[in-house]
Amino acid sequence: MLSYQNTYLDDLVDLPNTLDHMLEDLLGSQNFETLGLHSVEGVWPLPQSITSSPERYPLNPQAFYFTYGSQSAAQEGCSVLDEAFKRYFSLIFPDYSSGYGFLRFSVDKPFTVQVSVGRDDCDSYPDEDSSEQYTLSVSAGQASLKAETVWGALRGLETFSQLVYQEDFGSYYVNKTEIKDFPRFQFRGILLDTSRHYLPVQAILKTLDAMAFSKFNVFHWHIVDDPSFPYQSRTFPDLSAKGAFHPMTHIYTQSDVGRVISFARMRGIRVLPEFDSPGHTQSWGKGQSDLLTPCYSGSSPSGTFGPVNPILPSTYKFMATLFKEVSSVFPDSYIHLGGDEVNFSCWKSNPDVRAFMLKMGFGADFTKLEAYYMENIVNITVALNRTSIVWQDVFDYHERIPKDTVLHIWKGLPASYAAELSAITKAGYRVLLAAPWYINHISYGQDWRNYYTVQPLNFSGTEEQKKLVIGGEVCMWGEYVDATNLTPRLWPRASAAAERLWSDEKQTSDVDKAFPRLQDFRCELLRYFSFSDNAHGI
Amino acid sequence: MLKFVSLLLALSFCQGLQHNNIDDYVEAEPVFEASKYGSLWPLPQKVQISEVSFKLTSSSFRIVDAKASSAGPSCSLLQSAYRRYYEYMFGSAKKQWWSKNNRRSDPSDLSELQVWITSPDSECDGYPSVTSDESCEYLPFLVHVMFYGLETFSQLVFEDEYGAKSINATIINDFPRFQHRGILLDSSRHFLPIKVILANLETMAMNKFNVFHWHIVDDQSFPYLSRTFPQLSEQGAYHPYTHVYTPADVKMVIEFARLRGIRVIPEFDTPGHTQSWGKGQKDLLTPCYSGSKPSGSFGPVNPILNTTYDFMAQFFTEISTVFPDGYVHLGGDEVDFTCWKSNPDIQKFMEQQHFGDDYRKLESFYIQKLLDIVTSTKKGYLIWQEVFDNGVKLKPDTVVHVWIGGGSDKEMSNVTAAGYTTILSAPWYLDYISYGQDWQKYYKVEPLNFEGTDEQKKLVIGGEACLWGEYVDATNLTPRLWPRASAVAERLWSAKDVTDIGDAFNRLSLHRCRMVE
Repeated sequence: MLSYQNTYLDDLVDLPNTLDHMLEDLLGSQNFETLGLHSVEGVWPLPQSITSSPERYPLNPQAFYFTYGSQSAAQEGCSVLDEAFKRYFSLIFPDYSSGYGFLRFSVDKPFTVQVSVGRDDCDSYPDEDSSEQYTLSVSAGQASLKAETVWGALRGLETFSQLVYQEDFGSYYVNKTEIKDFPRFQFRGILLDTSRHYLPVQAILKTLDAMAFSKFNVFHWHIVDDPSFPYQSRTFPDLSAKGAFHPMTHIYTQSDVGRVISFARMRGIRVLPEFDSPGHTQSWGKGQSDLLTPCYSGSSPSGTFGPVNPILPSTYKFMATLFKEVSSVFPDSYIHLGGDEVNFSCWKSNPDVRAFMLKMGFGADFTKLEAYYMENIVNITVALNRTSIVWQDVFDYHERIPKDTVLHIWKGLPASYAAELSAITKAGYRVLLAAPWYINHISYGQDWRNYYTVQPLNFSGTEEQKKLVIGGEVCMWGEYVDATNLTPRLWPRASAAAERLWSDEKQTSDVDKAFPRLQDFRCELLRYFSFSDNAHGI
Repeated sequence: MLKFVSLLLALSFCQGLQHNNIDDYVEAEPVFEASKYGSLWPLPQKVQISEVSFKLTSSSFRIVDAKASSAGPSCSLLQSAYRRYYEYMFGSAKKQWWSKNNRRSDPSDLSELQVWITSPDSECDGYPSVTSDESCEYLPFLVHVMFYGLETFSQLVFEDEYGAKSINATIINDFPRFQHRGILLDSSRHFLPIKVILANLETMAMNKFNVFHWHIVDDQSFPYLSRTFPQLSEQGAYHPYTHVYTPADVKMVIEFARLRGIRVIPEFDTPGHTQSWGKGQKDLLTPCYSGSKPSGSFGPVNPILNTTYDFMAQFFTEISTVFPDGYVHLGGDEVDFTCWKSNPDIQKFMEQQHFGDDYRKLESFYIQKLLDIVTSTKKGYLIWQEVFDNGVKLKPDTVVHVWIGGGSDKEMSNVTAAGYTTILSAPWYLDYISYGQDWQKYYKVEPLNFEGTDEQKKLVIGGEACLWGEYVDATNLTPRLWPRASAVAERLWSAKDVTDIGDAFNRLSLHRCRMVE
């Protein structure tokens, strides 16, 4: 039996930006009297099935325990759950701190959360097939949480922590509740862009924590792009030495990346790296000569460079080596290869590229050259036993790509992405929808409503086609986002998409009904942010 | 206030001058072009930066009063500013500070910044006011500078590649284009912790803003703790203890602002926008009727009761003692007449007063009496534009605050033609966000771009960036306000012809880095 009475979030270190200093005071700025209004449906995202009664049980932090069920495949020593117990104890009892000093002997009856999982996958990584379903039953003196996997147990612990509320006089309660829950979509991601503005590791970790509260399970790390190359490669250290905004302070070392991956794993979150090519690669060229296509002005090189040079064998050798490294660093079985927005004007200007086009019989159709390049890259990742995700552009050019490739839809308004969903699934590919959730685009007012009312399966197609939609993703592109504004720009707006991707669409079709629950949830987020900062005594 | 301040840079240097071109410095930031004005923001009226540079060493550099200055060591305002700016310039340099072998200044070191207040009265213990002279001048040796000169000086200091603090020989002669340069924060729709307000004042000083317009109460909540009517915040705040501004809090804000040359103008908006007042003050608001019975809801302040005016007289007497500024903002915007119309007592009163069906006349009646009350407390006032539009008789020194989006040029024209001074906010509602670099939109505004004589233009005393609180609280205030408000700061401080958006971008980018620190 484990009891954590004097713990704090020790894996969160303080963030040295102004925002976080402000966040200390967030508790003071909750303007909605949430506690009095507490309803047992106050779980975000809404579980698939939840029944609760007014009967409630007091929780005393000094007599509260997490324990493993006797039938559970995982037992004490399971890193993921041991850590989670510690974390959730602090989240459930936010104002309980070691400051209270002496352990007083409590007369309250103990309350025990008993966790049982069907598989001991404590040391593995969550993957595309990981079950996240769980059942949670809260009754007098105990809660029973059952899941197939530890990842499902994590989701259940999150739900349990949201069920606990504090009354006016500070006492904690939980109502009698039965929950059966599972996600609607298997892939629920957030994209952060660390190239346009560098994001300190702390900002990423904080985002991962907040993702877990909304049951997001994929961190899509758009780690490099035109503006900078912060990933420090073991094989090609020049890429970040010359391509990062700063070679020492604005990079992700191997240990940084390792830390992000293990922090994410503890929260049941996959880390999906994106190394976008052949476009969006200006920063790669600085540390790797001959990788990019030299652009010509008339008959001589203009001194500028375009996309990756697709005609040189050295390019593919480089890519094979780089992706071999990437696949050894990132354990996830998926790699995002990008493939979006390739500008052909530089290729067109280059006489060697034109000669290659002629030789290959591509005529003047540069999409064929792009297809040729992407095929080669996809084949490299296939050889590494990895599944590729590519932006929709690759499908739009009708490239021959393996059937298990996932297409990532990012363009356009409802009409056009619905048509794209239809077309891609008809061709038998799996898709991931990001178009309606470009959350970096801000506007005045409650725009979360737009993110909430998206209907991902509202396109013409058969049942089989609909099954090919594996999920969706919230994208926070970095043109105008850095550590100073990431958190307030991302939360709680992204949580709207989280519910769309987790919960049943029929039960969550009413935006106005969702609003009070989201407000409630926002307060929980704020409590966490203030707590995580105070824990380290900033 | 500091009528006329001078800075003397006492230099000890010989031939070994370092040539440290400012351009070299900016190259470190490859995305941006170097501005020949470095990172100065807002741009001073006159500035010449030479290539001659001096080093500043934290161990030997001092900010001191010039011999002839009218302010001495007893001027706590300046002394605390010296310390603040010293820390600001050398913040991370504690190593040198404590080093034992305290080396004497190098030949090319700049060792002193002398501050010379030239006006006979240094105004050290006073509050900044509308008439405070903010002009200043910098010379390499003898410099006349205004209070804000310290900010400018600190912006001239830069780090060379090795981290050494340096400054180029520079001559600056500076003064603001507009005398009223404000930021409005709304602490009613969402409560803002004191810390957030203080942090904002600090950033305002970096941008040479000089008015904090504190929209302290509104419909949603009444966080101002009144000594005379404590029940207003007890009943009307979001929380009677955690979400209020106590007299000590208010005092702290005012003093913190004073030390930075910033005026604090409180706004107590009536007769509309007062739902929260009604919770703690019975009979203050108009009971609305549904048919012949009170509906249980309330409208604007009840203008027909004597008790209303007794209350206002006592309340504004308190305000006039708590807030030292010569002006109070009285609001007067967006009054909804439906509740007044529904109330039979009000209908009767309208008849008695021969107002007919024109409820604007009733509004004017109320405002008129309120203005008389406030005048008796020896305060000037600002009011939102509707009060002027409705033809209320105003004192000649009233400031009309123009906020309505479409047609604000016409409004500026009308207000100044009627001879009133005015401040402009219509183009600077910063709570409205959109994707991309919207600071350019704020930057491009020309406040005097309306039809009118030169005399009329002189009546425009400035402007305010407004950050209304519908979707703003402590979690997002800072990134939403800055650096977008900096665009407004330069428009209000710098000369009219400072309109090069490219140069502004280069300077603003560096200025932002400074603010983020």
